[in-house]
Amino acid sequence: MNKTIEVVQVGIADYQIAKEHQHLRTVGLGSCVGVVLYDLHSHVAGLAHIMLPSSNISKGSSFNLAKYADTAIPAMVSELNHTFNTTRNRLHAKIAGGAQMFQFSNQSDTMRVGPRNVEAVKETLQSLNIPILVEEIGGTNGRTIEFDPVTSKLTVRTIYKGTTTI
Amino acid sequence: MITPEQFTDFHKDVLKEIGNIGAGNAATALSKLVHKSVDMSVPSVELVPFNEVTELIGGAEMVVAATFLRVSGDAPGNMFFILSITEAVHLTQQLTGDQSITEETILDLEISRSALQETGNILAGSYLSSFSDFTGLKLAPSVPFLTVDMVAAVLSHGLIEMSQVSDFAIIIDTQLIDSQRNKTGVEGHFLLLPDPESFQTIFQALGVPIK
Repeated sequence: MNKTIEVVQVGIADYQIAKEHQHLRTVGLGSCVGVVLYDLHSHVAGLAHIMLPSSNISKGSSFNLAKYADTAIPAMVSELNHTFNTTRNRLHAKIAGGAQMFQFSNQSDTMRVGPRNVEAVKETLQSLNIPILVEEIGGTNGRTIEFDPVTSKLTVRTIYKGTTTI
Repeated sequence: MITPEQFTDFHKDVLKEIGNIGAGNAATALSKLVHKSVDMSVPSVELVPFNEVTELIGGAEMVVAATFLRVSGDAPGNMFFILSITEAVHLTQQLTGDQSITEETILDLEISRSALQETGNILAGSYLSSFSDFTGLKLAPSVPFLTVDMVAAVLSHGLIEMSQVSDFAIIIDTQLIDSQRNKTGVEGHFLLLPDPESFQTIFQALGVPIK
């Protein structure tokens, strides 16, 4: 009963997988989006801290799958499937983040990256037939989130506005 | 295009000099504004993975008041002036004479909001104009944008341009310090994050060989 919970930290442009007795946590989501994929039956989950909507805009030589919505989500799905034998049709998603940290009158694409990340995450999940059960997105505040694969509760903390569990 | 991974120590020294001159002028401006003497740290130029960027300022969840300016012109980039929330409250109380400003109200009150925004504007403006004088490059700051939030959430906004080419950010960080080491609202960080394409322009303007 009283097993200690290990908190698995997920960095920016990173994803991690966790099982029972582990929580997944990522700190300070601004325009980034945190995507939790979980399987209720086997109590495993993955959390990605997605920074950019699409890998098409990558101009670099190195390529980090976990940075983009269109590559991080499929990579996480296949890792969950391979490691824990989850099947895609049992996966559900919870998402949080995608805020606009600074209010710009000039709505250039870079400045709107929060909403664009959310759109891209939703499109990718839809194409994989993974339903989003709850979301806590948009706004102008940063969020820290923590997910418990056993209860499938997602705790969202913002400064001055407190903590909610979704 | 030269990527941050290819920088030599000489390249970093050149960028440090930008931080030095820029923040030096900004420190003078701040000192005039608050009638206190303001010291400055030796600038650091660090190539840091995104995950560690927030450690420069004191941890991902630390609450800060940040003024953000988008720099356009010959060498586009992002600029932040960051104060811890306690320092920001001290600074605005001092500038406005209103002692009732608190961490919770600092963004809601028009007077503290504009005091902070204007401070960020003056400081970033003097930083950028000396950067511009030093390099001969034309640089124009946007209007200042202000927010109070967790460091990680604030800074990730400034990493978007760089994140399209790299997993590392090059950050020119200069810290301002109150001469008497008191908490008086002047301890802040200037962060300059040139866009990936801007480094080549900056080095060329200063006659620094790329390779």
